[in-house]
Amino acid sequence: MIPEIGHFALILALCVAVVQGSLPIYGAAVGNAALMSVAKPAARGQFILVLLAFCCLGYAFAVKDFSVLYVAATSNSHLPLHYRLAAIWGAHEGSLLLWTFILTVWMVAVTFFSEHLPEAMRARILGVMGLVSLGFLLFMLTVSNPFERLIPAAADGRDLNPLLQDPGMVMHPPMLYMGYVGFSVAFAFAIAALLGGNLDAAWARWSRPWTTAAWCFLTVGIALGSGWAYYELGWGGWWFWDPVENASFMPWLAGTALMHSLAVTDKRGGFKVWTVLLAILAFSLSLVGTFLVRSGVLTSVHAFATDPKRGLFILVFLAIVIGGSLVLYAWRAPRVGLGGGFDMVSREAMLLGNNVLLVAALGSVFLGTLYPLFLDAMGLGKISVGPPYFDTVFVPLMTPAIFLMGIGPLAQWKKASLPDLARRLRWAFGASVVTALLLPFVLGKWTPLLSLGLLLASWVVTTAAVNVWERVSRLVDTSVMSALVTLPRAYWGMVVAHCGIAVFIVGVTMVKGFEVEQDLRMNVGETSTIGGYTFRFDGVQNIKGPNYTAARGMFHVSQGGHDVTDMFPEKRHYPVQNQAMTEAAIDTGLLRDLYVSLGEPLPGGAWSVRLYHKPFIDWIWGGCLIMALGGVLAMTDRRYRLAGRREESLVSDLPRPVGPEVS
Amino acid sequence: MRRWLLVLLLIPCLVSAEEAKPLAENPQAEARLKTLALELRCLVCQNQTLADSTAPLAEDLRREVREMIAKNMSDQEIRDFLVQRYGDFVLYRPPLKATTTFLWLGPFLLLVVGGVTLALALRRRAKTVPDPTLSAEDHQAVAQMLSEGIKRS
Repeated sequence: MIPEIGHFALILALCVAVVQGSLPIYGAAVGNAALMSVAKPAARGQFILVLLAFCCLGYAFAVKDFSVLYVAATSNSHLPLHYRLAAIWGAHEGSLLLWTFILTVWMVAVTFFSEHLPEAMRARILGVMGLVSLGFLLFMLTVSNPFERLIPAAADGRDLNPLLQDPGMVMHPPMLYMGYVGFSVAFAFAIAALLGGNLDAAWARWSRPWTTAAWCFLTVGIALGSGWAYYELGWGGWWFWDPVENASFMPWLAGTALMHSLAVTDKRGGFKVWTVLLAILAFSLSLVGTFLVRSGVLTSVHAFATDPKRGLFILVFLAIVIGGSLVLYAWRAPRVGLGGGFDMVSREAMLLGNNVLLVAALGSVFLGTLYPLFLDAMGLGKISVGPPYFDTVFVPLMTPAIFLMGIGPLAQWKKASLPDLARRLRWAFGASVVTALLLPFVLGKWTPLLSLGLLLASWVVTTAAVNVWERVSRLVDTSVMSALVTLPRAYWGMVVAHCGIAVFIVGVTMVKGFEVEQDLRMNVGETSTIGGYTFRFDGVQNIKGPNYTAARGMFHVSQGGHDVTDMFPEKRHYPVQNQAMTEAAIDTGLLRDLYVSLGEPLPGGAWSVRLYHKPFIDWIWGGCLIMALGGVLAMTDRRYRLAGRREESLVSDLPRPVGPEVS
Repeated sequence: MRRWLLVLLLIPCLVSAEEAKPLAENPQAEARLKTLALELRCLVCQNQTLADSTAPLAEDLRREVREMIAKNMSDQEIRDFLVQRYGDFVLYRPPLKATTTFLWLGPFLLLVVGGVTLALALRRRAKTVPDPTLSAEDHQAVAQMLSEGIKRS
């Protein structure tokens, strides 16, 4: 009964989405306030309905209702409750429900934080989001219904893929989807502005915090996914350039470009046409990401869905959304004004230059991901595109972007002077070069990549320091501390996010340069020393988990005779899916991770063991979190909070153009 | 007495606290295998390098590569052999040939086109966007608006 209620809620939500996607947009076009006012209650109603459906599916998982096909396919009676609930998004159907649910969450957020928007703008935004949601609901109800019954019911479920039975599964997909779907808000703002013909600086200011919010979620989501792969896959990598990872990275790159382009549009009114295009691009890539992962077109670590009918539906949906918005763009964008003028050397030009680099880098990820599929589909042979390709193509494109990242924030808007910039940045440059050349020797090894990485990281940090110092010393009549506090939060957000990039680069560089790995045959009692740490193998014991059995290795780690820690890597066996899993043991530290992965038993009682010493690896994820923190600072800037109130008071002074406002 | 027993029991542990041996018999060849295998695909895995994979077939292929290394074949010879047998699919660094030209050059082409477009657009803008010259009246109007704004908030 409960699953049928969920199914019915989805059908009702579809009906609401039809209303939300049509009446408000039409109302905005003809200036009918009554029709426009439908948007808000419709969005909230849709949220309640999809939430209800979501809870119904959760309930079916909680009570182990194996008469629901999806529940039987992705869980098992021995699976612990938290993983049964995470299994809601463990496969195709439930992920789509999560996608739609998060879309309605963003919709409701828009209804709450859009008091300052003109009624027509809000109606169009919610209308566009309603249309996107319509597509996803239709998709679920036609070809991938999570509530489909299995009659007669299965005695027990087929269990969740053991790879997914991990705390990462609880956090990573919702975070990632919050980011993916969050770009739908920026997209809806852009389409609404195109529809209304009011593509102006106000539009850019309104969509900035939303874009930043989505970007923060996406950043954290990707970092969580990377961390999860690091400890779960058991071979110690943190990024594999897997198509599924790329699918989440492409919207991130587009979103990063969008945030910077929005800054130009907001502050200087320029390049609106480009900004709108990026907003469309970011969301389109989110949809492409969903398509890539969910259609079964890829066969990779994450892809667990295969059904051509679904692939076709998503493809048509993609064509309508992307094609439709591009047609609208081609029709409306040329009428948009140019905004303020600026020079070839100016902060605007540098931000746009960075945009070009980011988009080219995005192009390399896009090609690397889709080219093999394209060749295969054309019958031109099968190729593999892996890390060597991206190291060769992506890295050279990002390097100048990071270099520009140091200069841009110091350049003046409108017109900057290169000699002046060179003078202001000479110390930062000198310090960075010295660091890049000397530090590797201090650390005991020199490679060109090591130097390059350290150069970029210290360049970002030193230029940020110069920037802050200049800002502070300009405020002559205040003390340094109070000057630091006076600087706007959006500015600090930028500085913090850029430093996050530097921390990330340090992590990547150090781990690439100084990682030590050893494949060993270890007998009980034998030791091995890497990176100054001595690992002693104390044998293996058999243990029993809730839905698996495992061999648990015991390792004692010491450094210079002092005990450091004990580590317990596991080799698990999940009987339901007859799958073996390597659970690495990791000792995390600020400056290094110790990583032990248990291999196979060898003849003679020994085990094959893989030991790693990974310096600075946690800086990779730390850097991502710092970037996201920067985003949070930027979007909570006083300016956005005040802007709402001020516009409201301005509007209340003016005579209303259309009928009474209903809110 | 009991203490001595404990010490006696511990002796075998101390004795066997030896340095563990590397899994491979020939660490030098193994290092070469590792570098090679990082750029080779495990053919039966979803998307894993030959170096990372634990699949039995990957183990077989690694053994074959080890044998080729033992036969003193160069890295390129080994790669050629594998491509001959399994096709370009086995290489994670796709070779540059007619069908992959766009894959390798596309991003840089995009960069050049983007850069040129940006430069042209900037130059065109510089001509079309008039530099606003403010009259004394404008300045006065701005000053007035600003003071009003201050009053309002």
